[in-house]
Amino acid sequence: MLYGTALSSRLLLGTAQYPSPAILAEAISAAGAEVITVSLRREGPGGGAFRELIRASGCRILPNTAGCHSVKESVTTAHMARELFGTNWIKLEVIGHADTLQPDVFGLVEAARILAADGFAVFPYTTEDLIAGERLLAAGCEVLMPWGAPIGSGQGLRNREGLRAMRAAFPGVPLVIDAGLGAPSQAAEAMEMGYDAVLLNTAVAKAADPVAMARAFALAVEAGRAAHLAGLMPPRDMARPSTPVFGMAELA
Amino acid sequence: MRLELNGEPVEVRATTLAELVEEQGYPPRAVATALDGVFVPVPCRAATTLTDGVKVEVLSPMQGG
Repeated sequence: MLYGTALSSRLLLGTAQYPSPAILAEAISAAGAEVITVSLRREGPGGGAFRELIRASGCRILPNTAGCHSVKESVTTAHMARELFGTNWIKLEVIGHADTLQPDVFGLVEAARILAADGFAVFPYTTEDLIAGERLLAAGCEVLMPWGAPIGSGQGLRNREGLRAMRAAFPGVPLVIDAGLGAPSQAAEAMEMGYDAVLLNTAVAKAADPVAMARAFALAVEAGRAAHLAGLMPPRDMARPSTPVFGMAELA
Repeated sequence: MRLELNGEPVEVRATTLAELVEEQGYPPRAVATALDGVFVPVPCRAATTLTDGVKVEVLSPMQGG
């Protein structure tokens, strides 16, 4: 449940960097995605075809403020996106550093406050910092989207303990791992931890076969979620025989 | 009038933002506009006067992550 919208798919998919529009459309379908992220850029050739593709996908659109480094840029982009896509959903990115693409959580909180007060449903791309999370919720966010690793790095969950702590700190708040996932196993791990969904792009788009990889991620997300609901066994330091010792024959 | 459209200098005849969008052949409802970094909603374009050297951004949906 994200901002009052029930979704059956827990995989949110980015639309950039695919080999072709046709492969993108197939990947969306193979992922079973109900939410896709898009951006706003200067109008160029091919814009019309992309508009048609996202409309035909039937997906809910989550526009981003990718590339914005300031509160003002992010807020202006969000307003432009709201008009263009007819949605108050916004994946809010305020980038703090060009190399790491690490969120500037200070600017993020400020932009989130402005946008939430203006009626936006803000999906903040943040870090696993718990205080930043608290401030974002206080600013009006109903979802938090911590990074797994830097955008496009494919490193997976770089700070497992931090992400685990974040899950524990915000029970009941939808948490989405956004960015950094490279393999389906990493998505499954996030879901096993109790994260509500994952958002990814590059891992699918840059796979040798993006459509097959989209399906692989969908299966992993489903498996991880099922495992979380089933309740994982606690790890142990020592071995413990799974086969009963009682009734063992004396053959030595 | 000379202005900057999506980062490129252009010479235009339009005097309002709505005219500029029309003159440049953009689909009016399929783009979002900003003037000197300030968002201009569709209904306000006709009343938004252009001045020499103003920076106009015309954005549309693109692929994104």
